[in-house]
Amino acid sequence: MRRRDFINIAAVSFAGVGAVVVALPLIDQMNPSADVLALASTEVDLSAIQPGQAIKTTFRSQPLFVRQLTEKEIAEADKVDPSTLRDPQTLEERTVDGKKQWLVTMGVCTHLGCVPLGAGEGENRGEFGGYFCPCHGSSYDTAARIRKGPAPKNLEVPKYSFTSDTAILVG
Amino acid sequence: MVRIGAFLVGLFFAGWLFISFLVGAYSYVVEPPAKTVEHEFHLAPKHVSFSFEGPFGKYDQRQLQRGFQVFKEVCSACHSLKFVAFRDLEALGYNEAEVKAIAKQWAIKTPSVDPATGEPATRDPVPADHFPKPFANNVAAAAANNNAIPPDLSLMTKARHHGPTYVYSLLTGFQDQPAELLKKFPDAKTPEGLHYNPYFANLNLAMAPPLSADGQVTYGDGTNPTVDQMAQDVSAFLAWTAEPKLENRHAAGLATVIFLLIATALAYMSYQNIWADKKKAA
Amino acid sequence: MSFPWAEHYTPKHPVMQWVDEKLPLPRLVYNAIGAGYPVPRNLNYFWNFGVLAGVALVIQIVTGVIMAMHYGANDLVAFGTVEQTMRDVNAGWLMRYAHANGASFFFIVVYLHIFRGLYFGSYKAPREMVWLLGLVIFLLMMATAFMGYVLPWGQMSYWGAKVITGLFGAIPVVGEPIQTWLLGGFAPGNASLNRFFSLHFLLPFVIAGVIILHIWALHIPGSSNPTGVEVKGPQDTVPFHPYYTAKDGFGVGVFLILFAIMLFFAPNYLGHPDNYIEANPLSTPAHIVPEWYFWPFYAILRAFTVDFFFVPAKLLGVLAMFASILLLFFLPWLDTSPVRSGHYRPTFKAFFWLLMFDVLILGYCGGAPAEEPYVMISQVAAAYYFAHFLIILPLIARFEKPLPLPGSITESVLAKYAKADGETAAVPAE
Repeated sequence: MRRRDFINIAAVSFAGVGAVVVALPLIDQMNPSADVLALASTEVDLSAIQPGQAIKTTFRSQPLFVRQLTEKEIAEADKVDPSTLRDPQTLEERTVDGKKQWLVTMGVCTHLGCVPLGAGEGENRGEFGGYFCPCHGSSYDTAARIRKGPAPKNLEVPKYSFTSDTAILVG
Repeated sequence: MVRIGAFLVGLFFAGWLFISFLVGAYSYVVEPPAKTVEHEFHLAPKHVSFSFEGPFGKYDQRQLQRGFQVFKEVCSACHSLKFVAFRDLEALGYNEAEVKAIAKQWAIKTPSVDPATGEPATRDPVPADHFPKPFANNVAAAAANNNAIPPDLSLMTKARHHGPTYVYSLLTGFQDQPAELLKKFPDAKTPEGLHYNPYFANLNLAMAPPLSADGQVTYGDGTNPTVDQMAQDVSAFLAWTAEPKLENRHAAGLATVIFLLIATALAYMSYQNIWADKKKAA
Repeated sequence: MSFPWAEHYTPKHPVMQWVDEKLPLPRLVYNAIGAGYPVPRNLNYFWNFGVLAGVALVIQIVTGVIMAMHYGANDLVAFGTVEQTMRDVNAGWLMRYAHANGASFFFIVVYLHIFRGLYFGSYKAPREMVWLLGLVIFLLMMATAFMGYVLPWGQMSYWGAKVITGLFGAIPVVGEPIQTWLLGGFAPGNASLNRFFSLHFLLPFVIAGVIILHIWALHIPGSSNPTGVEVKGPQDTVPFHPYYTAKDGFGVGVFLILFAIMLFFAPNYLGHPDNYIEANPLSTPAHIVPEWYFWPFYAILRAFTVDFFFVPAKLLGVLAMFASILLLFFLPWLDTSPVRSGHYRPTFKAFFWLLMFDVLILGYCGGAPAEEPYVMISQVAAAYYFAHFLIILPLIARFEKPLPLPGSITESVLAKYAKADGETAAVPAE
């Protein structure tokens, strides 16, 4: 290769590298900003939730269901053989050790993202006693596992931990 | 036609401007504009240097922490800092738990709504919150401060010429009115409730000297808290609140300029190559 | 649309041939800024600024579209969203500073481009349309820049909007209704902010469209050159690519270095501190000044201090400010000298430099407070500005005796290299 060709190629390559480097911030600016990331975890106070009750709160701007199961609901959930489920999971796997009565899930139907009913007082909980999605009729059981309808997965359990007996930190 | 029209328009504008000039010059000579008290007694900011000045400047984290302490213990009683969030304090070297504790213990609480009654209430700030304002609104701020609203400090050092040195000079510049001033401008006596400060644009400001005595705050790092030191530290802190990305900017700038210098040198060589056969006397 | 010796676009690859048949866009580019556009071989660095203005427009559109992604055009939140972009958005400070300083660099480049045109007589036949379209671009840029400066909703934004729309209020009878209509209210407010945002987003694309017309009109006669002597044959030109793409590449590099230094190390130098204070309709800044690129026009506006019989001084100032730009549209017919380049017009050249000095003085006075002696100085400077274009240029054209012109572009180039190489390097023709 001649020297002059080399210089021309080097100059054009530098311009190309520069363009790629400039593209990085142009792309990165569309990622969540610092104020959005600061709200990436949410504390939830459980002290007011009675057995059989649920609350609807928000986590990362999406609905979050927190529910205290009754003994009966726990028994119903445990009765089911996981191998018969579409998305096999036991209630234990979906709750924290020793806190089996606390069911924390996203309120986002795994079908097309509607908000299922069942967290509010008097809402339709569907034929399995958990949550019922009014959009396309997905029914979830008392462990928020998909039992009937088009949804492919159980309601998602976000990452969370107990900060005290009556409070959790989600995210 | 165009040129005749242009000539007339030009003659009119130029001529009338010249007449305006003569009128102005006449009154300037006959009645020279009087020097105002601001013209004669306003001072440019003092000389003081900060670690973040210049193209390679960086913030001094310990100084920012000290400045934050001054803001917390002195300024924040009246001034808001509404564009800054507690989480931003991690840039001062505090860890997550410390920031959380600072937010929780902040004297001013974040407005919220009582979930049971819907009545206005307050709660402890969390790191994601911006600094809560000391007054609910401008009316309350004016009422509590002799009709002068304490300005928000988030951008203060960018909202004044010579930013940090101006803030430093203002904080250390309170003094009695010079006798010479009162002799020359007897009407310019500082009004009741205002305070003379030659670094302030119109010489008298509503804020009382906020840093009045050495040792007003007690620094954890053992630095001697003289008024001068506290003023420097809080000025540095306010430079950070106004321009928190300064260090990123300087670092990115250095890399960019070096890259561009090399790329441009190559572009010049390439340009000379390509033109080599055209740039001969042939 | 081009010289007969221009190279022809002949795609070799079958795909490119297929594209060329269906949509000859690559051919268009090839003929416009590729090897198919023969350009005088003697262009100096002042001919870089057209391309640089294009680069600046691209920077403004890219960073501007990004700013719009994070901006809230509402008077209650606008200032805060800009601050949030600076603090929380990834690389948001970079986008914001690039956009703010990009505007200044766009104007620097365009002013140099205009001065180039003034000195080298680029506005003269047969390129009058290129000049006129360029002025349209300049007016659109001014409108865009003004409305963009309002968007952060700081003190200068607000009071700038108030003062500039107030100019229309000087027009008799219809002035005040026009002002209210422009603002959508009796003072700048949410309605004004929203419409300025909408138009600020739209106009750059209009500018891009007029730039295409500007280049189209340029390609009919082809580029001018520093001698002002028209191209006589193939020996006078080189293909745009690679000769001028290489030179422009170097020019873009220098431009970006200066831009980066400003952007990263003095991003607020050209701005005004008051615009970091949120808009407050109850408190006027001590000195309301526009951005630096409007200073000369602002000085002309303020230079009129005496009523002309029944015409108030304010209206005169407004008329003069608009006239100072509009008169440039008549320039091709005011300067009738057949010689284009200032190199060969000694009298013109002297007055040209006087004009440059005059414009700098006007700019300085426009940025200074409205006090003496600045007002008196700007009155003299503004008087010269009008006299220069409307009286002096036509007179010079009539009475000046130009220097002898070179026979051709090539002749002038050879003379230059012979001089540079000295006696020894008088290499015979290849």
